[in-house]
Amino acid sequence: MLQDVLKHKSTWTALILFIVMLLLPPFIPRFYTYILTVIFVTALFAMSLNMLVGHGGLFQFHHAAFYGVGAYTAALVFTKTSLPFWVGFLAGPLAAAIAGLIIGLFCVRLSNLYFGMLQISLGSLIWAITFRWYSLTHGDDGIHGIPVPDLIASQKGSYYFILIVLGICLILMYMVHKSPFGSTLQAVRDNPERCEAVGVNVRRHKLSAIVIATFFAGVAGVLFVVLERSVFPDLLFWVLSLEIFIMCLLGGWFTFGGPILGAAVIVSLRTFVGAYTEYWTLILGVILILLIFFLPEGLVSLIPKIFKIGTKPKDGEDELNAGG
Amino acid sequence: MDIQTVSLAAIGSHLLVGLSRAMILFIVSSGLSFVLGVLRVPNVAHGSLYMIGAFAAFSISTFVGGGTTGFILSLVFAPLFVALISLVAERSLFRFLYEREHLMLLLFTFALMLILGDLVKMVWGADYRSIMAPEFLQGSVSIFGSPFPVYNLFLLAVGPIVAVGLWFFSNKTKIGKIARAAAVDMEMVGAIGINVSWVFAFAFVLGCFLAGLGGALVAPTVSVTLGMDHDIIIEAFLIVTIGGLGNMWGAMAGSLIFGITQSFGVLFWPQFAIVFPYLAVVIVLTWRPKGMLKSVW
Repeated sequence: MLQDVLKHKSTWTALILFIVMLLLPPFIPRFYTYILTVIFVTALFAMSLNMLVGHGGLFQFHHAAFYGVGAYTAALVFTKTSLPFWVGFLAGPLAAAIAGLIIGLFCVRLSNLYFGMLQISLGSLIWAITFRWYSLTHGDDGIHGIPVPDLIASQKGSYYFILIVLGICLILMYMVHKSPFGSTLQAVRDNPERCEAVGVNVRRHKLSAIVIATFFAGVAGVLFVVLERSVFPDLLFWVLSLEIFIMCLLGGWFTFGGPILGAAVIVSLRTFVGAYTEYWTLILGVILILLIFFLPEGLVSLIPKIFKIGTKPKDGEDELNAGG
Repeated sequence: MDIQTVSLAAIGSHLLVGLSRAMILFIVSSGLSFVLGVLRVPNVAHGSLYMIGAFAAFSISTFVGGGTTGFILSLVFAPLFVALISLVAERSLFRFLYEREHLMLLLFTFALMLILGDLVKMVWGADYRSIMAPEFLQGSVSIFGSPFPVYNLFLLAVGPIVAVGLWFFSNKTKIGKIARAAAVDMEMVGAIGINVSWVFAFAFVLGCFLAGLGGALVAPTVSVTLGMDHDIIIEAFLIVTIGGLGNMWGAMAGSLIFGITQSFGVLFWPQFAIVFPYLAVVIVLTWRPKGMLKSVW
């Protein structure tokens, strides 16, 4: 498998990008280092959503609930217990995956739209509890000043830590994506009836995918805690879920690496446009309408057109997966 | 959660409060359900249109100097204003997406929500607004020995009127029947020479009109402010999901469950009152995954 992967141009692109990112911090201002870190966290979050939405065809409308569960669990372990850092770091994603399993059990029985709406309701239930359980979560105020180990507390430390975790997660996600499981999941997306007929347990596949994806969403949540050292109920809010959805759409649903690009573009725009106007959501809405009408396959679909490559896909090379 | 202190009178008045809240929820969610039934799109912007309805009611009522005239004018023109906005959005952009995947339609309504939310901020600002109910609906009457606002009684009367009107419209009028037919088989309706695009436009605008009506009706009871769109849209989504997508009586049943569990939640465990309706939703959906009543599709 490794040899196959190394033949791909996109693998080398990704590797070079990773090394550039490792070398970058000493040469750029502190503020840009921070923005890059935000992009890393958001990118992992968007990638985990795209695993379900793009590759699994599931209407995962409230992914932020799992991000928030991961973040809050880690934050609570860090603040309320004296357990070592790695316990909290693992507890976050595990809690998110368990939440994903429970909500998934309800949702996978239903078809697309019902799936999405039930997920919004159950996710909002988690949000409501977080918002109201003042003695545990401090409600609207959130939890601030969460302690993390000194090594990763500094800005550079958190940058490298988050980058490396992101790298590991991306490799794991790519392995899932290319595994028989990942291929079956895409087959389930394209034709669930036929998959059922050839003996694939569609529901179990969807449920496993939800558990894996919510685990990675939980990792992203913990990384958010490491970066910002605070949590607040907006992390679980439904609007955030839809913003992440836009990132996946912007980058390209059916590609592997597209959501990273989408996250980078949206986070940068929010940072730089948001500094000039208070009407950022208006701009986001306009971007979304433009995307729906003019670029439904995402930015990654432009790359072959710009560089005049991939117009004639070679044998055995899947054009859709050329983004990573 | 001291059960001893909960008297029969308190239960009775909370029941009435829950019922009148359910009427607002019904008016809003029946509009959402109608759009879902015909277009098969959950209109995410529905909550924003509700908010615009409330703000428009405030502006209209303030413009004519309040009072009974202001109230009646706001009830008539605020929903019409919302319907106009939705008609413009539908005819200028939304209709070109009918042939596309459903996800794109949904994302469009989300974009609409983002844009409308910021437009409201531009036009009306972030302040809290409130309007007075007209004099004949002010004050309260004594029911079960505890005071009950007259305005809530008014809501209790309006809800069933809207329900019957909507039922009459969709079962007894020609255009209502066409809309229901388009919900079931849009190609066949097109094949017999009916302009499906306009049927969709009509259904969309009618649904949004109901959102605006809900907003105008709720305006005298709450403070009108940004953010009221997010609360109502989640609630309306839950209601149509437990009721059965596109089923108007389902929206009514869902609203009643939602409104009553919410108000009894306030009575028994105020801190977590918000959780009770959600729990009711989980219970209903475990019992009937596709909602209580048959969905239209």
